[in-house]
Amino acid sequence: MKISYYPGCTLKSKAANLEAAAVAALATLGIDVEEIDRWNCCGAVFSLTADDLIHQVGPVRNLVRAKEQGATQLVTLCSMCYNTLARANRIMRDDAVKRDTINRFMDEEIDYAGEVEVVHLLTFLEREVGWQKIREKVKVPLEGLRVAPYYGCTLQRPADVGIEPFGSFHLMTGLLEALGATVTPFAAADTCCGSYQVLNGEAGARSTAAVILDNAAASGAEALATSCPLCEYNLGKQQGRLLEAGQITTAVPTFYFTQLLAVALGVAPESCLFDLNSAASLDLLKTKNCLVAA
Amino acid sequence: MTLTITAQTISITSIEQLNELSGENVKLCMQCATCTGMCPMTAEMDLSPRTVMHLVQFGMLDRLGDSNTCWKCASCHACTVKCPRGIDIAKVMEALRQHVLRTNRNYIEPSALPAERIAELPQIALVAAFRKLTS
Ligand code: SF4
Ligand code: SF4
Repeated sequence: MKISYYPGCTLKSKAANLEAAAVAALATLGIDVEEIDRWNCCGAVFSLTADDLIHQVGPVRNLVRAKEQGATQLVTLCSMCYNTLARANRIMRDDAVKRDTINRFMDEEIDYAGEVEVVHLLTFLEREVGWQKIREKVKVPLEGLRVAPYYGCTLQRPADVGIEPFGSFHLMTGLLEALGATVTPFAAADTCCGSYQVLNGEAGARSTAAVILDNAAASGAEALATSCPLCEYNLGKQQGRLLEAGQITTAVPTFYFTQLLAVALGVAPESCLFDLNSAASLDLLKTKNCLVAA
Repeated sequence: MTLTITAQTISITSIEQLNELSGENVKLCMQCATCTGMCPMTAEMDLSPRTVMHLVQFGMLDRLGDSNTCWKCASCHACTVKCPRGIDIAKVMEALRQHVLRTNRNYIEPSALPAERIAELPQIALVAAFRKLTS
Protein backbone atom coordinates (compact mmCIF):
# COMPACT_ATOMS: atom_id res chain seq x y z
CA MET A 1 0.00 0.00 0.00
CA LYS A 2 1.15 3.53 -0.76
CA ILE A 3 0.08 6.67 1.09
CA SER A 4 0.39 10.33 0.13
CA TYR A 5 2.09 12.17 2.91
CA TYR A 6 2.47 15.80 3.98
CA PRO A 7 5.43 16.25 6.37
CA GLY A 8 5.47 19.97 7.26
CA CYS A 9 8.51 22.06 8.14
CA THR A 10 9.30 20.89 11.66
CA LEU A 11 9.46 17.22 10.65
CA LYS A 12 12.37 18.01 8.37
CA SER A 13 14.51 19.33 11.20
CA LYS A 14 13.63 19.62 14.91
CA ALA A 15 11.11 16.76 14.79
CA ALA A 16 12.85 14.54 12.25
CA ASN A 17 12.38 11.76 14.84
CA LEU A 18 8.58 11.96 14.46
CA GLU A 19 8.91 11.37 10.72
CA ALA A 20 11.82 8.90 10.63
CA ALA A 21 10.15 6.58 13.12
CA ALA A 22 6.85 6.72 11.21
CA VAL A 23 8.43 5.92 7.86
CA ALA A 24 10.40 3.01 9.33
CA ALA A 25 7.38 1.65 11.23
CA LEU A 26 5.09 1.90 8.22
CA ALA A 27 7.64 0.07 6.07
CA THR A 28 7.45 -2.92 8.42
CA LEU A 29 3.66 -2.85 7.93
CA GLY A 30 4.13 -2.90 4.15
CA ILE A 31 3.13 0.73 3.68
CA ASP A 32 5.14 3.05 1.40
CA VAL A 33 5.16 6.70 2.29
CA GLU A 34 5.09 9.01 -0.70
CA GLU A 35 5.79 12.64 0.11
CA ILE A 36 3.75 15.04 -2.06
CA ASP A 37 5.80 17.17 -4.46
CA ARG A 38 6.53 20.85 -3.89
CA TRP A 39 4.75 21.07 -0.56
CA ASN A 40 4.95 24.31 1.44
CA CYS A 41 4.45 25.38 5.06
CA CYS A 42 0.80 24.95 6.13
CA GLY A 43 0.99 28.12 8.24
CA ALA A 44 1.07 26.17 11.54
CA VAL A 45 -2.09 27.81 12.90
CA PHE A 46 -5.47 28.22 11.27
CA SER A 47 -6.53 31.79 10.62
CA LEU A 48 -9.53 32.57 12.80
CA THR A 49 -10.76 35.82 11.30
CA ALA A 50 -13.69 35.49 8.92
CA ASP A 51 -12.28 37.77 6.22
CA ASP A 52 -8.74 36.36 6.12
CA LEU A 53 -8.51 34.13 3.05
CA ILE A 54 -4.90 34.81 2.10
CA HIS A 55 -3.69 32.57 4.92
CA GLN A 56 -5.79 29.71 3.56
CA VAL A 57 -3.86 29.76 0.30
CA GLY A 58 -0.81 28.01 1.81
CA PRO A 59 -2.65 24.98 3.19
CA VAL A 60 -4.95 24.77 0.15
CA ARG A 61 -1.96 24.71 -2.20
CA ASN A 62 -0.76 21.55 -0.45
CA LEU A 63 -4.18 19.99 -0.94
CA VAL A 64 -4.05 20.92 -4.62
CA ARG A 65 -0.64 19.18 -4.88
CA ALA A 66 -2.19 16.04 -3.36
CA LYS A 67 -5.17 16.17 -5.76
CA GLU A 68 -2.84 16.62 -8.75
CA GLN A 69 -1.02 13.47 -7.72
CA GLY A 70 -4.27 11.53 -7.64
CA ALA A 71 -4.43 11.18 -3.86
CA THR A 72 -7.79 10.70 -2.14
CA GLN A 73 -6.21 10.84 1.31
CA LEU A 74 -3.37 13.01 2.55
CA VAL A 75 -1.75 11.61 5.67
CA THR A 76 -0.11 13.93 8.23
CA LEU A 77 1.79 13.28 11.44
CA CYS A 78 2.17 16.70 13.05
CA SER A 79 -0.98 17.67 15.00
CA MET A 80 -0.72 21.33 14.03
CA CYS A 81 -0.33 20.60 10.31
CA TYR A 82 -3.23 18.17 10.56
CA ASN A 83 -5.47 20.82 12.11
CA THR A 84 -4.52 23.60 9.72
CA LEU A 85 -4.88 21.45 6.60
CA ALA A 86 -8.12 19.83 7.76
CA ARG A 87 -9.73 23.17 8.61
CA ALA A 88 -8.70 24.73 5.30
CA ASN A 89 -10.11 21.65 3.59
CA ARG A 90 -13.47 22.18 5.33
CA ILE A 91 -13.66 25.70 3.92
CA MET A 92 -12.96 24.43 0.40
CA ARG A 93 -15.55 21.70 0.73
CA ASP A 94 -18.33 23.54 2.55
CA ASP A 95 -18.10 27.28 1.82
CA ALA A 96 -18.96 27.97 -1.82
CA VAL A 97 -18.20 31.69 -1.69
CA LYS A 98 -14.77 31.35 -0.08
CA ARG A 99 -13.92 28.36 -2.27
CA ASP A 100 -14.68 30.37 -5.38
CA THR A 101 -12.58 33.34 -4.20
CA ILE A 102 -9.60 31.14 -3.30
CA ASN A 103 -9.79 29.16 -6.55
CA ARG A 104 -9.94 32.36 -8.60
CA PHE A 105 -7.03 33.84 -6.68
CA MET A 106 -4.94 30.73 -7.39
CA ASP A 107 -5.74 30.75 -11.09
CA GLU A 108 -2.43 29.04 -11.90
CA GLU A 109 -3.65 25.95 -10.03
CA ILE A 110 -6.38 23.41 -10.83
CA ASP A 111 -9.69 24.10 -9.06
CA TYR A 112 -10.04 22.47 -5.69
CA ALA A 113 -13.25 21.65 -3.80
CA GLY A 114 -12.15 19.54 -0.84
CA GLU A 115 -11.79 16.30 -2.81
CA VAL A 116 -8.80 15.08 -0.77
CA GLU A 117 -9.38 13.88 2.78
CA VAL A 118 -6.84 15.03 5.37
CA VAL A 119 -6.10 12.09 7.64
CA HIS A 120 -3.96 11.92 10.77
CA LEU A 121 -1.75 8.83 10.99
CA LEU A 122 -3.56 7.65 14.15
CA THR A 123 -6.85 7.57 12.25
CA PHE A 124 -5.17 5.93 9.29
CA LEU A 125 -3.64 3.19 11.43
CA GLU A 126 -6.94 2.31 13.05
CA ARG A 127 -8.97 2.49 9.85
CA GLU A 128 -6.64 0.98 7.27
CA VAL A 129 -4.39 -1.31 9.31
CA GLY A 130 -6.29 -2.07 12.51
CA TRP A 131 -5.06 -2.67 16.04
CA GLN A 132 -5.29 -6.44 15.64
CA LYS A 133 -2.86 -6.51 12.71
CA ILE A 134 -0.48 -4.20 14.55
CA ARG A 135 -0.68 -6.43 17.62
CA GLU A 136 0.29 -9.41 15.47
CA LYS A 137 3.29 -7.56 14.03
CA VAL A 138 4.71 -6.46 17.39
CA LYS A 139 8.20 -7.89 17.95
CA VAL A 140 9.14 -6.11 21.16
CA PRO A 141 5.99 -5.60 23.26
CA LEU A 142 6.22 -2.48 25.41
CA GLU A 143 5.38 -4.59 28.45
CA GLY A 144 5.46 -2.82 31.76
CA LEU A 145 5.80 0.62 30.17
CA ARG A 146 3.14 2.93 31.56
CA VAL A 147 2.32 5.55 28.95
CA ALA A 148 0.02 8.59 29.19
CA PRO A 149 -1.68 9.32 25.83
CA TYR A 150 -1.41 13.09 25.38
CA TYR A 151 -3.56 14.76 22.69
CA GLY A 152 -3.16 18.48 23.43
CA CYS A 153 -5.41 20.82 21.46
CA THR A 154 -5.17 20.40 17.75
CA LEU A 155 -5.99 16.71 17.35
CA GLN A 156 -9.43 17.24 18.88
CA ARG A 157 -10.47 20.83 18.63
CA PRO A 158 -12.56 22.22 17.09
CA ALA A 159 -15.07 19.36 16.84
CA ASP A 160 -15.48 19.43 13.06
CA VAL A 161 -11.89 18.34 12.46
CA GLY A 162 -11.21 16.38 15.67
CA ILE A 163 -9.77 12.91 15.05
CA GLU A 164 -12.22 11.81 17.73
CA PRO A 165 -14.72 13.56 19.99
CA PHE A 166 -13.46 15.95 22.67
CA GLY A 167 -12.76 13.99 25.84
CA SER A 168 -12.23 10.64 24.09
CA PHE A 169 -8.76 9.14 23.64
CA HIS A 170 -9.52 5.82 21.95
CA LEU A 171 -7.13 6.11 19.03
CA MET A 172 -3.89 6.56 20.93
CA THR A 173 -5.12 4.24 23.67
CA GLY A 174 -5.92 1.52 21.10
CA LEU A 175 -2.51 1.88 19.50
CA LEU A 176 -0.55 1.85 22.76
CA GLU A 177 -2.46 -1.18 24.02
CA ALA A 178 -1.81 -3.00 20.75
CA LEU A 179 1.90 -2.31 21.31
CA GLY A 180 1.68 -3.97 24.71
CA ALA A 181 2.05 -0.80 26.79
CA THR A 182 -0.03 -0.05 29.86
CA VAL A 183 -2.11 3.05 29.19
CA THR A 184 -2.47 5.48 32.08
CA PRO A 185 -5.36 7.86 31.31
CA PHE A 186 -5.00 11.29 32.88
CA ALA A 187 -7.18 14.37 33.23
CA ALA A 188 -4.77 16.75 31.48
CA ALA A 189 -4.61 14.69 28.26
CA ASP A 190 -6.30 17.50 26.31
CA THR A 191 -4.98 20.48 28.27
CA CYS A 192 -3.04 22.95 26.14
CA CYS A 193 0.77 22.77 26.62
CA GLY A 194 0.98 26.56 26.27
CA SER A 195 1.65 26.29 22.55
CA TYR A 196 3.26 29.32 20.88
CA GLN A 197 2.96 31.29 24.13
CA VAL A 198 6.43 29.90 24.83
CA LEU A 199 7.65 32.84 22.73
CA ASN A 200 5.60 35.33 24.70
CA GLY A 201 7.04 35.36 28.19
CA GLU A 202 7.60 31.61 28.56
CA ALA A 203 6.32 31.54 32.17
CA GLY A 204 2.76 30.83 31.05
CA ALA A 205 3.71 27.94 28.80
CA ARG A 206 6.00 26.52 31.49
CA SER A 207 3.30 26.54 34.15
CA THR A 208 0.72 24.83 31.92
CA ALA A 209 3.36 22.26 30.97
CA ALA A 210 4.06 21.66 34.67
CA VAL A 211 0.36 21.04 35.34
CA ILE A 212 0.23 18.45 32.54
CA LEU A 213 3.41 16.62 33.57
CA ASP A 214 2.42 16.61 37.26
CA ASN A 215 -0.96 15.21 36.39
CA ALA A 216 0.56 12.51 34.15
CA ALA A 217 3.02 11.51 36.88
CA ALA A 218 0.25 11.42 39.50
CA SER A 219 -1.74 9.07 37.30
CA GLY A 220 1.20 6.66 37.34
CA ALA A 221 2.63 7.42 33.90
CA GLU A 222 6.35 6.99 33.35
CA ALA A 223 6.22 8.18 29.75
CA LEU A 224 4.11 10.51 27.66
CA ALA A 225 3.14 9.97 24.02
CA THR A 226 2.37 12.88 21.70
CA SER A 227 2.09 13.68 17.99
CA CYS A 228 2.91 17.37 18.12
CA PRO A 229 6.43 18.86 17.93
CA LEU A 230 5.34 21.95 19.85
CA CYS A 231 3.86 19.85 22.66
CA GLU A 232 7.05 17.80 22.62
CA TYR A 233 9.08 20.99 22.98
CA ASN A 234 7.00 22.41 25.84
CA LEU A 235 6.65 19.11 27.68
CA GLY A 236 9.83 17.27 26.67
CA LYS A 237 12.64 19.66 25.77
CA GLN A 238 11.63 22.07 28.52
CA GLN A 239 11.21 19.31 31.08
CA GLY A 240 14.76 19.50 32.38
CA ARG A 241 14.26 23.21 33.10
CA LEU A 242 10.98 22.49 34.90
CA LEU A 243 12.70 19.87 37.06
CA GLU A 244 15.62 22.19 37.79
CA ALA A 245 13.28 25.01 38.79
CA GLY A 246 11.33 22.65 41.05
CA GLN A 247 8.13 23.24 39.05
CA ILE A 248 7.75 19.48 38.73
CA THR A 249 9.28 16.73 40.84
CA THR A 250 8.98 13.61 38.69
CA ALA A 251 10.41 13.20 35.20
CA VAL A 252 8.01 11.87 32.56
CA PRO A 253 10.08 11.29 29.39
CA THR A 254 8.24 12.18 26.20
CA PHE A 255 7.99 10.23 22.93
CA TYR A 256 6.30 10.63 19.62
CA PHE A 257 3.70 7.90 19.21
CA THR A 258 5.50 6.91 16.00
CA GLN A 259 8.69 6.15 17.98
CA LEU A 260 6.83 3.82 20.33
CA LEU A 261 5.18 2.16 17.34
CA ALA A 262 8.52 1.73 15.61
CA VAL A 263 10.44 0.23 18.54
CA ALA A 264 7.60 -2.19 19.26
CA LEU A 265 7.61 -3.28 15.62
CA GLY A 266 11.30 -4.07 15.97
CA VAL A 267 12.77 -1.03 14.21
CA ALA A 268 16.35 -0.36 15.37
CA PRO A 269 16.49 2.56 17.85
CA GLU A 270 19.01 4.38 15.61
CA SER A 271 16.29 4.73 12.97
CA CYS A 272 14.00 6.48 15.49
CA LEU A 273 16.46 9.35 16.06
CA PHE A 274 16.17 9.32 19.86
CA ASP A 275 19.04 11.81 20.00
CA LEU A 276 16.41 14.45 19.20
CA ASN A 277 14.44 13.52 22.34
CA SER A 278 15.84 14.24 25.77
CA ALA A 279 18.30 11.62 26.96
CA ALA A 280 15.84 10.27 29.53
CA SER A 281 13.59 8.95 26.76
CA LEU A 282 16.02 6.38 25.33
CA ASP A 283 17.26 5.51 28.82
CA LEU A 284 13.73 4.64 29.88
CA LEU A 285 13.24 2.29 26.92
CA LYS A 286 16.57 0.62 27.71
CA THR A 287 15.65 0.13 31.37
CA LYS A 288 12.31 -1.31 30.39
CA ASN A 289 13.82 -3.66 27.79
CA CYS A 290 11.70 -2.15 25.08
CA LEU A 291 14.39 -2.11 22.39
CA VAL A 292 15.17 -4.76 19.83
CA ALA A 293 18.48 -6.54 20.54
CA ALA A 294 21.30 -5.08 18.44
CA MET B 1 -16.22 45.05 37.70
CA THR B 2 -19.21 47.38 37.35
CA LEU B 3 -19.98 48.63 33.88
CA THR B 4 -22.15 51.68 33.47
CA ILE B 5 -23.95 51.58 30.18
CA THR B 6 -24.27 54.99 28.59
CA ALA B 7 -24.15 56.26 25.06
CA GLN B 8 -20.45 56.88 25.69
CA THR B 9 -19.53 53.41 26.92
CA ILE B 10 -21.39 51.34 24.35
CA SER B 11 -20.04 51.32 20.82
CA ILE B 12 -22.33 49.70 18.29
CA THR B 13 -19.70 50.17 15.56
CA SER B 14 -17.08 48.29 17.56
CA ILE B 15 -19.50 45.46 18.32
CA GLU B 16 -20.35 45.16 14.64
CA GLN B 17 -16.69 45.27 13.71
CA LEU B 18 -15.81 42.47 16.15
CA ASN B 19 -18.75 40.37 14.98
CA GLU B 20 -17.65 40.82 11.40
CA LEU B 21 -14.00 39.97 12.07
CA SER B 22 -14.79 36.95 14.23
CA GLY B 23 -17.85 35.74 12.36
CA GLU B 24 -19.50 35.33 15.77
CA ASN B 25 -22.39 37.05 17.54
CA VAL B 26 -20.92 38.30 20.81
CA LYS B 27 -24.36 39.30 22.10
CA LEU B 28 -25.17 35.60 22.62
CA CYS B 29 -22.83 35.44 25.63
CA MET B 30 -24.71 34.90 28.90
CA GLN B 31 -21.69 35.46 31.17
CA CYS B 32 -21.62 31.94 32.60
CA ALA B 33 -17.77 31.91 32.76
CA THR B 34 -17.43 28.38 31.40
CA CYS B 35 -14.76 29.80 29.07
CA THR B 36 -12.76 31.10 32.04
CA GLY B 37 -13.05 27.73 33.75
CA MET B 38 -11.70 25.94 30.66
CA CYS B 39 -8.89 28.38 29.90
CA PRO B 40 -5.34 27.15 30.69
CA MET B 41 -3.85 30.65 30.48
CA THR B 42 -5.95 32.59 33.03
CA ALA B 43 -3.06 32.89 35.50
CA GLU B 44 -1.25 35.00 32.90
CA MET B 45 -4.26 37.10 31.91
CA ASP B 46 -5.25 40.38 33.56
CA LEU B 47 -8.90 39.91 32.59
CA SER B 48 -10.61 36.54 32.41
CA PRO B 49 -12.07 35.39 29.08
CA ARG B 50 -15.57 35.95 30.51
CA THR B 51 -14.73 39.54 31.46
CA VAL B 52 -13.34 40.11 27.99
CA MET B 53 -16.59 38.80 26.50
CA HIS B 54 -18.48 41.24 28.75
CA LEU B 55 -16.44 44.20 27.55
CA VAL B 56 -16.76 42.95 23.97
CA GLN B 57 -20.53 42.96 24.32
CA PHE B 58 -20.33 46.71 24.88
CA GLY B 59 -17.74 47.22 22.19
CA MET B 60 -15.32 48.69 24.74
CA LEU B 61 -12.26 48.39 22.53
CA ASP B 62 -10.32 51.12 24.36
CA ARG B 63 -10.60 49.29 27.67
CA LEU B 64 -9.73 46.00 25.92
CA GLY B 65 -6.69 47.64 24.37
CA ASP B 66 -5.15 47.89 27.86
CA SER B 67 -5.69 44.20 28.56
CA ASN B 68 -3.19 41.40 27.86
CA THR B 69 -5.85 38.68 27.68
CA CYS B 70 -6.10 38.18 23.92
CA TRP B 71 -2.28 38.22 23.71
CA LYS B 72 -1.96 35.49 26.32
CA CYS B 73 -4.57 33.35 24.58
CA ALA B 74 -2.99 30.20 23.12
CA SER B 75 -5.83 29.60 20.62
CA CYS B 76 -6.35 26.22 22.26
CA HIS B 77 -10.12 26.21 21.66
CA ALA B 78 -10.83 24.71 25.09
CA CYS B 79 -13.33 27.54 25.69
CA THR B 80 -14.85 27.19 22.23
CA VAL B 81 -15.80 23.53 22.60
CA LYS B 82 -17.57 24.13 25.90
CA CYS B 83 -19.39 27.46 25.49
CA PRO B 84 -23.07 26.68 26.15
CA ARG B 85 -24.05 29.54 23.82
CA GLY B 86 -22.00 28.11 20.97
CA ILE B 87 -19.67 31.10 20.72
CA ASP B 88 -16.24 30.43 19.24
CA ILE B 89 -14.38 32.52 21.82
CA ALA B 90 -11.01 31.71 20.21
CA LYS B 91 -12.28 33.62 17.15
CA VAL B 92 -13.28 36.60 19.29
CA MET B 93 -9.76 36.62 20.81
CA GLU B 94 -8.30 36.54 17.29
CA ALA B 95 -10.55 39.43 16.24
CA LEU B 96 -9.23 41.46 19.19
CA ARG B 97 -5.64 40.69 18.19
CA GLN B 98 -6.27 41.47 14.55
CA HIS B 99 -7.93 44.75 15.47
CA VAL B 100 -4.50 45.84 16.75
CA LEU B 101 -2.20 43.91 14.39
CA ARG B 102 -3.91 45.38 11.34
CA THR B 103 -2.70 48.80 12.39
CA ASN B 104 0.83 47.56 11.74
CA ARG B 105 1.80 46.95 15.35
CA ASN B 106 3.59 43.88 16.73
CA TYR B 107 2.97 42.40 20.16
CA ILE B 108 6.29 40.54 20.19
CA GLU B 109 9.38 41.63 18.30
CA PRO B 110 10.90 38.79 16.27
CA SER B 111 14.21 40.67 16.00
CA ALA B 112 14.47 40.75 19.80
CA LEU B 113 14.53 36.96 20.07
CA PRO B 114 17.96 35.63 21.07
CA ALA B 115 19.58 33.49 18.36
CA GLU B 116 19.95 30.49 20.68
CA ARG B 117 16.19 30.49 21.34
CA ILE B 118 15.44 30.57 17.63
CA ALA B 119 17.86 27.70 17.08
CA GLU B 120 16.18 25.64 19.78
CA LEU B 121 12.50 26.26 19.03
CA PRO B 122 10.55 24.05 16.62
CA GLN B 123 9.54 25.84 13.40
CA ILE B 124 5.83 25.56 14.19
CA ALA B 125 6.37 27.52 17.42
CA LEU B 126 7.99 30.39 15.52
CA VAL B 127 5.50 30.41 12.66
CA ALA B 128 2.51 30.15 15.03
CA ALA B 129 3.73 32.91 17.36
CA PHE B 130 4.52 35.27 14.48
CA ARG B 131 1.14 34.56 12.91
CA LYS B 132 -0.74 35.27 16.13
CA LEU B 133 1.34 38.04 17.70
CA THR B 134 2.88 40.09 14.88
CA SER B 135 1.38 42.10 12.04
S1 SF4 C 1 -18.68 30.25 27.99
FE1 SF4 C 1 -19.75 31.36 26.34
S2 SF4 C 1 -21.65 32.14 27.28
FE2 SF4 C 1 -20.27 31.53 28.97
S3 SF4 C 1 -19.19 33.45 29.52
FE3 SF4 C 1 -17.90 32.36 28.02
S4 SF4 C 1 -18.51 33.20 26.03
FE4 SF4 C 1 -20.11 33.78 27.49
S1 SF4 D 1 -8.61 29.63 23.16
FE1 SF4 D 1 -7.60 31.25 24.36
S2 SF4 D 1 -9.22 32.07 25.70
FE2 SF4 D 1 -9.95 30.08 24.92
S3 SF4 D 1 -9.35 28.61 26.52
FE3 SF4 D 1 -7.69 28.63 24.99
S4 SF4 D 1 -6.19 30.14 25.76
FE4 SF4 D 1 -8.14 30.49 26.88
